Amino acid sequence: MENNILLSMEGINVHFHTRRGIVKAVRDLDLQIREGETLALVGESGCGKSVTAHTINRLIPMPPGVIESGKVVFRGEDILKMSEKEIQALRGTQISMIFQEPMTSLNPVFKVGDQLADVFMTHQGMKKKEAFAKAVELLDMVKIPVPEERAHSYPHQLSGGMRQRAMIAMALASPNPGLMIADEPTTALDVTIQAQILDLLTDLKDRVNMSLLLITHDMGVVAETADRVIVMYAGRKVEEGSVYQIFEDPSHPYTLGLLNSLPSNRKYQGATRLEAIHGNVPDLLTLGDGCPFRNRCEYGDESCDRSFPGATVKDEGHSLWCHYADRVKKDKDK
Amino acid sequence: MSEAQIKEIKNENPLSEHWYQLRKNKTAMTGLVIIALFILIGIFAPLISPMDPLEQNIEFRKTAPLTGGYLLGTDDLGRDMLSRLLYGARISMIIGVISVSISLVFGSAIGLISAYYGGIVDKIVMRLIDIMLAFPYILLTIVIVAVLGPSLMNAMVAIGISQIPRYSRVVRASVLAEKESDYVLAERALGAGDLELMFKSILPNCLAPISVQATLGIGTAILDSAALSFLGLGAQPPTPEWGLMIASSKEFITSAWWIVTFPGIATLLSVLGFNLLGDGLRDILDPRMRD
Repeated sequence: MENNILLSMEGINVHFHTRRGIVKAVRDLDLQIREGETLALVGESGCGKSVTAHTINRLIPMPPGVIESGKVVFRGEDILKMSEKEIQALRGTQISMIFQEPMTSLNPVFKVGDQLADVFMTHQGMKKKEAFAKAVELLDMVKIPVPEERAHSYPHQLSGGMRQRAMIAMALASPNPGLMIADEPTTALDVTIQAQILDLLTDLKDRVNMSLLLITHDMGVVAETADRVIVMYAGRKVEEGSVYQIFEDPSHPYTLGLLNSLPSNRKYQGATRLEAIHGNVPDLLTLGDGCPFRNRCEYGDESCDRSFPGATVKDEGHSLWCHYADRVKKDKDK
Repeated sequence: MSEAQIKEIKNENPLSEHWYQLRKNKTAMTGLVIIALFILIGIFAPLISPMDPLEQNIEFRKTAPLTGGYLLGTDDLGRDMLSRLLYGARISMIIGVISVSISLVFGSAIGLISAYYGGIVDKIVMRLIDIMLAFPYILLTIVIVAVLGPSLMNAMVAIGISQIPRYSRVVRASVLAEKESDYVLAERALGAGDLELMFKSILPNCLAPISVQATLGIGTAILDSAALSFLGLGAQPPTPEWGLMIASSKEFITSAWWIVTFPGIATLLSVLGFNLLGDGLRDILDPRMRD
């Protein structure tokens, strides 16, 4: 069961046609999620994490977005070849999603319980009363106190944490959830609530046996919840491995930079300044075909300009995409 | 949590907040009282009218107000002005509601579809709306009535149709804003289809500007139908319609002022009521207008 692949993306390229030119938001991305596993997609803003997520349930706005090439195989079927009706039937039943902004992700004019009941009525053809009872049950499952009261509340009467719980409840309103995509689920919440929501997600994941695609820029969240990690930079996958491999043996210069800039890093004991990755995120319009990190990387040279490297396999399940993988490793060991 | 408390929350309606704001707003309350009065008059016209509004009494024609038992006098055919005005309220309210319903239903649907689908659909629909807007409004109405034939019902239809552009623009604007909201994306991610998103998620969130427009629109519709009746294209004699009453008695403005004046005042008051309520609603529903 552990090794069954639930979702695999192969050679995904997503472009956005803008007035200024073509933005290549995701390039040659391969990704696999096994059943019951939590995969974290890490990277800074604009690196293509959310675009990747929206490619899975086909929520990329088209136009201007175009999925140029690739396959998204979910439970044996290519999602990109499905009709609008088929993908619609999949959304909210087998692939559900929760969003970054719990404050605005619930419809402000309807009671929470009614919105939740609506999902049951749409997908399972339940009657209003039965659906509402199910809604209350789910609110209880996501640990909202006094759910029968809260079901009658409007979104503005709930706190941010409770709204995110309600969103999670909506994403769970399915008898057969396969994949939950959590797009920065805790970014808008304060730290104690963050921990609660992450606990809840991990707990529910095990209870209903689903997989979780966690999108985040917070390495702390990754360490706490993920089984495997994919690090993305400017639309490219730069390193992939288990959470232990990534944290114990980070090998791509970008991953190293990310982990080095964490305040919790051991070497900061007694230090006064945090280390930063110098430079800025490159403009996706003028990026070219080379390694996107070359201008901020201490190893960057002409060969990095010319082409994006192939994979270097470090260990089983641990790969990175860097021309100078060996040199980085040597320098790190010094 | 006791049963009573749960019940209290159940009954807590988002409208109660608006109702509170409405009661504090003097403009809106004045409008609401006037409208309520006209609606009550309209409903109970047969009960409160002292006479039959159509019954002629040539002997007492052009009786001045407060004489001969006629509170507001009689018109040129000896019909009781008060009774005619009271029945007129009923007609005017019906005109307002029906023509606004026509423009509201079609205008909202057009605006919603146009904004939701966007792109080429939006472009075509909005250019058609622009063409309608290019006609002078009253001319368009007159043309439609002329095609359909003059009658009160056709006047309502004509007013309804020529108001469609206004509603579709208002609805389109707010749908354009709402459809980018996070909750729309969230509901789509949970498997909602286009129709569900349009009518169940987006439209209820656009009700504020729509209700303001509709309230103001009823006033306009009453005024327009009076104008059409005045031109002979709306209500036909002997219907006690205010515009028609003004039209058929305009030559007596110097000799029997009351026949012309009272229907005018009635029209003015009812339109004023809807405009006051509409303005008040706009203040309440649009937080930026609050002081």
